Amino acid sequence: MFSYCSDPSTLDGLTWLSCYLTTGKHMGLYVSVVTVLVLLAVTAPVALLFGFAGAASARSRIAPLRWFGKAYTAIVRGVPDIAFFLFFVIALDQGFEWIRHKILCSDWDQPIRQGSDFVVCDAAKLPLSSSPQWVHETYGFLLAVLTFAIVFGAFAANVLFGAMRAVPRAQMETAEAYGMSHRQAFWRIMVPQMWVYALPGLSNLWMVLIKATPLLFLLGVEDIVYWARELGGTKNARFTDYPHGDWRMWYFLALLVFYLAFTKVSEIVLDKIMKKLTHGQATAAGEAQRKAAA
Amino acid sequence: MSCWDTIADYGLRSIGIGERLLPTENFTLCQQFTLIGSGMLWNIYFGVLALLAGFFFAVALAVGKASQSRLIRKPAEWFIFVFRGSPLFIQFFFAYFLFLSLKQVIPFFSPLTSAWLGALVVLFFNTAAYSAEIFHGALQSIPKGDLEAADAYGMSGWSRFRRITFPTMLRLAWPAYTNEAIFLFHATTLVFFSGFPAWRQKGDALYYANYFADKTFNPFIPYPILAGYFILLTLCIVGLYGLANRHLNRHLPSNARRPIKLRPTLLR
Amino acid sequence: MKKLILTTAALALTAGIASADGHGKTVRMGTEGAYAPWNFVNDAGEIDGFERELGDELCKRAKLTCEWVKNDWDSIIPNLVSGNYDTIIAGMSITPERDEVIDFTQAYTPPDPSAYVAMSADVEVEGGVIAAQATTIQAAFVAEQGWTLVEFATPDETVAAVKNGEADAVLADKSFLDTVAGTDGLVMLERMEQIGGGVGMGVRESDQELKATFDAAIQSMKDDGTLNAMIAKWEVASQW
Repeated sequence: MFSYCSDPSTLDGLTWLSCYLTTGKHMGLYVSVVTVLVLLAVTAPVALLFGFAGAASARSRIAPLRWFGKAYTAIVRGVPDIAFFLFFVIALDQGFEWIRHKILCSDWDQPIRQGSDFVVCDAAKLPLSSSPQWVHETYGFLLAVLTFAIVFGAFAANVLFGAMRAVPRAQMETAEAYGMSHRQAFWRIMVPQMWVYALPGLSNLWMVLIKATPLLFLLGVEDIVYWARELGGTKNARFTDYPHGDWRMWYFLALLVFYLAFTKVSEIVLDKIMKKLTHGQATAAGEAQRKAAA
Repeated sequence: MSCWDTIADYGLRSIGIGERLLPTENFTLCQQFTLIGSGMLWNIYFGVLALLAGFFFAVALAVGKASQSRLIRKPAEWFIFVFRGSPLFIQFFFAYFLFLSLKQVIPFFSPLTSAWLGALVVLFFNTAAYSAEIFHGALQSIPKGDLEAADAYGMSGWSRFRRITFPTMLRLAWPAYTNEAIFLFHATTLVFFSGFPAWRQKGDALYYANYFADKTFNPFIPYPILAGYFILLTLCIVGLYGLANRHLNRHLPSNARRPIKLRPTLLR
Repeated sequence: MKKLILTTAALALTAGIASADGHGKTVRMGTEGAYAPWNFVNDAGEIDGFERELGDELCKRAKLTCEWVKNDWDSIIPNLVSGNYDTIIAGMSITPERDEVIDFTQAYTPPDPSAYVAMSADVEVEGGVIAAQATTIQAAFVAEQGWTLVEFATPDETVAAVKNGEADAVLADKSFLDTVAGTDGLVMLERMEQIGGGVGMGVRESDQELKATFDAAIQSMKDDGTLNAMIAKWEVASQW
């Protein structure tokens, strides 16, 4: 990175450290911080969408849809996320390729499963094996987002389902009395009001989601814990210009600070949102806000 | 070899009883079900003990966090913040490191470096912190009228806490606490996966599932088996907590809603 | 996001340059990147080591365009058979169990013994507490002997366990232990164990063409002595 870094063995103290912390490998760590943040930012709305769909279908008047919604939340919530991640991504990937294979290569005569091999035609590969590496990584990233969203969507569905039930019955009855249809009452009365009941559960879920990011490596995304472990391990002078002993302690300490800071910021932001949402709601806190203002 | 033999050989393998060597070839479904099930013993052990012990500590922490005194409130707040704010991965790493150093200074602490105690301690602290936050939230939302009524009856201090505050807090916190119990059982899979070493191939369900996935190179059998076991376990937890919830709410009129609901059909 | 794409694109570019003159199809090479001197991530953040150099040379000889992919060891075989990359080149010993699921090219290093490292040279291995990385052939070996096996998730932790007295010795590949023996009072024991075959490249069983291509390329490197030179340079194994 810096010009004086060409021969690290002659350096010491802070200059050495400045070179050490700016190696290409450390850039990998910094990139992974961004990756994790981007992943969280993308996953949260997608998981919320899954959760909303799950909760809405669990309330549906159509029985198969209701069963699907209930089964989705019950099954996915019952499985430890780590066990889910260990096989689900491969299954998801194979599922996509299988569908593409059926569409793109209908004249293919060989079986897809050959022994333990999973073979689809070249055109069905996702991404194509000739695509550049960044396409592969982006695809892996999107798969990780999807898997995270499916898992945390189930938890979100559970929270939202509870929140929909918490909206006072009288509100819905009033809507009906005004002649709103079921659909209108759902979208105009229930959905706007349910968030205040859902937010405590959802913020808790967000905290859990943040702390699930060390599992990203199982999904093929290089996360910060992976890099901390890799960088902190004992480094032999044969393979690096910056040999050192077991420094995992320091890297993990940095991670600890990162996660604690991230949690703190999240708490502050979520508190703000809660204050906003409470405004004008028919809850005790909303009442308190109204009284304080008056 | 019949499946019963396999169960006899490996049913308690995770705690060191039975066949010493794990199967190394011709893996049957029965072996996978048996060994992964055997590993579940550890998950249940960690989960149940951590929850039980964690419950009492959590109540203390929650009361501490709600305390007027800064001296009590601040440590409780920090404890909860640190354990809720960091991934379990990192907690296991630091705990193992700390326990190793402790052991070198004072041999008395040597059991802490094995999973059965060390991991249990970490999980205990972890669940205590999460539950404490839930209980604290519940404490804050205890209806003011309940406490005023207690005052009117002349209750104070311990008797007010035991008879009014504590039961109401539990009742309010119970749904969220159920979720926390589920999360804790799920978290027990991390013990051998990243935290503590496995001795003599005695590990939890995920350890054995991992073993089979590695030996058969097919993740699509052992992990779904593991998932199945956990779904069953989760159903048990939800059932037990549901029973407890009924007990906690037994005096409330909302429970009487059920017969009322049934009446129209009976009348018709 | 932009930054992520930029750096990965740069990585892909450098990986592509190694065989820019090849016009065959793209072959994705899967490796672990945490097993010096076989494969590791160097200071620049690129995959480096004996297998990187070997793989690039093989691809050049076979006129293939090769791209390097990092994958977790635990799922390295499932991801190969499911088609996420085309070869495994990750210091993987050829064992009968693995051979049932995937195919191996001919070995590029001869079978080498596994070694022990302990805090003193007169440690009794038999019946002692032996550390090994979980789900390796060494772990299976120790379990079979009936000694007390203690398994850790990473090789680093196994060595650390010996240093802090949790285990009497660690059993692992000799080439890996060579890198740690002599540091912090660790010594290599006389005793060696002959477990595992040579190391080869893993390919899908349905991919016989690719297997033949790499077999031929490895043979040509064996024949002209470049493979031995490479083994000597990286000190990964004994020579052919």
